Amino acid sequence: MSILIKKPGILTTVQDGGRFGYRELGVNPSGPMDGFAARIANLLLGNANNSAVIKPLFPAVEIEFLSDTQFAICGAEFGACLDGKQIRNWTSHNAVEGQTLSFHRPERGSRGYVAIVGGIGSERWLDSSSSTQVAAGERFAIGRSLVQLNELSLSPWMLPRYGRFPTVRVTRGPEFELLDEAAVNHFLSENYTISNGSNRMGARLEGSPISCEGIGEMPSSAVTFGTIQLLPSGMPVVLMADHQTTGGYPRIATVAVVDLPLLGQLSAGDGVSFKLIEMSEAMELLQQREKDIEQLKCGVSIFGRTVNAK
Amino acid sequence: MIDDVRIIPLSESSVVVEFGRTISLKLNQKAIALAKSLNSSPFLGMIEAAPAYASTSVFFDVSRIQTEFPHIDPHQFVSDQIRTCLQVLVELDDQRPETIEIAFAVDEGEFDLAFVAERTKMSKSDVIELFTASEYRVFMLGFLPGFPYMGILDERLALPRRDVPRTRVPVGSVAVAGQQVGIYPQDSPGGWHIIGKTSARMFDPDNLALLEPGMNVRFLAE
Repeated sequence: MSILIKKPGILTTVQDGGRFGYRELGVNPSGPMDGFAARIANLLLGNANNSAVIKPLFPAVEIEFLSDTQFAICGAEFGACLDGKQIRNWTSHNAVEGQTLSFHRPERGSRGYVAIVGGIGSERWLDSSSSTQVAAGERFAIGRSLVQLNELSLSPWMLPRYGRFPTVRVTRGPEFELLDEAAVNHFLSENYTISNGSNRMGARLEGSPISCEGIGEMPSSAVTFGTIQLLPSGMPVVLMADHQTTGGYPRIATVAVVDLPLLGQLSAGDGVSFKLIEMSEAMELLQQREKDIEQLKCGVSIFGRTVNAK
Repeated sequence: MIDDVRIIPLSESSVVVEFGRTISLKLNQKAIALAKSLNSSPFLGMIEAAPAYASTSVFFDVSRIQTEFPHIDPHQFVSDQIRTCLQVLVELDDQRPETIEIAFAVDEGEFDLAFVAERTKMSKSDVIELFTASEYRVFMLGFLPGFPYMGILDERLALPRRDVPRTRVPVGSVAVAGQQVGIYPQDSPGGWHIIGKTSARMFDPDNLALLEPGMNVRFLAE
């Protein structure tokens, strides 16, 4: 029961839910840039939330299935094809031995996710396989599938509103209070561009600088995925999945968890603007999303498996 | 131990417990003690706690807390748990921390020792003598796996970071910035002034970090 990497694509990695419990050693949790897409890909197959998935960028990986199995693709639209025939995104699919999954056009977003039933058996370090890079010719063990699955798609109303210029909701960061009113208004009205220096560690933003007179550095303290730091240059940087664990720049805001996938799908040259919300609203949004996901899980367990599969 | 403590949201699923905003032994002892206590008896939904200079970050599974206590604000729940922990926390007896000796080769011109000497108006050997005269406390690990933030460096050696950070600081570099001392656990970009190089490994995938917060380090110039 395995898959073969026919072409590695660019910077293709394995990601799972992340590596927790080691921040005190300076080890960040890593994990998917778009945790929602990775999670949905798993849930459409009835996998555990945090099973390992393959994350293609574009030009993307090419995968041959060496046994009959099921897989799901979510996240960026890369023109996915199974043996050359176009297949739907945000959907689970059946594959038979010898079929090849490939991606042909970057249409929307920058990070796709491929989940396979039972998860991808990959090398683990500190209880996680996150950010293991894949190579051509490599084989990964996959779970055993006993039954054929019904092919399921995510309900359209649950699809994230990916765009190249999203407005992302943020809550106040620990040092928000250091900003004066003008600086806050500036931050919330600027249309920022994602700069070339952006990567899995952080999205560096370009725009007109925020005046940070009187805002110095502070003793290093914790940061997390979504923390927005204000650099001495007056430019914000949004810390992403492979962020460092601590930092000394003012943490002016934090991206709401439900909007992190919008940022995770951006590439250099795309844009972003920010809208301030209260923490209580961010909590409600998160709670609602979890309810939706619970419903989805329920639906998959009812409709996902065909009785008397061949 | 609970006077003057602020518990500030960092995200939906994390808070920072701030004891102060300066680098001091006293505040760092509190940060380490709280992280140890929480990690040894985590509250419902807690994932991990990590100490920094003068604060402790606490991460939790907010959905789990929302499910168990649907009518309580999760941050209120977490704050209550942390305050309960703070009330019973005894300050650690930190009088005799474990001291580790780290040998290093003094920079012979490739890096910043000459620059540090010039700026501090000292000879290179005086800089090294002053640097090795003190033991340095490991306040926290952060930035990169196993990177120790140590201090407190003698004021006479304190300089701001490099104007332009290096794109590659080699593994093992012993470096200073402000009143902080650090050792790079891997090749990485960095803006601190490099005064030497050690072969001691700060982090390896099997044994993890060599140093832990609360330890002391004594540098020996080779």
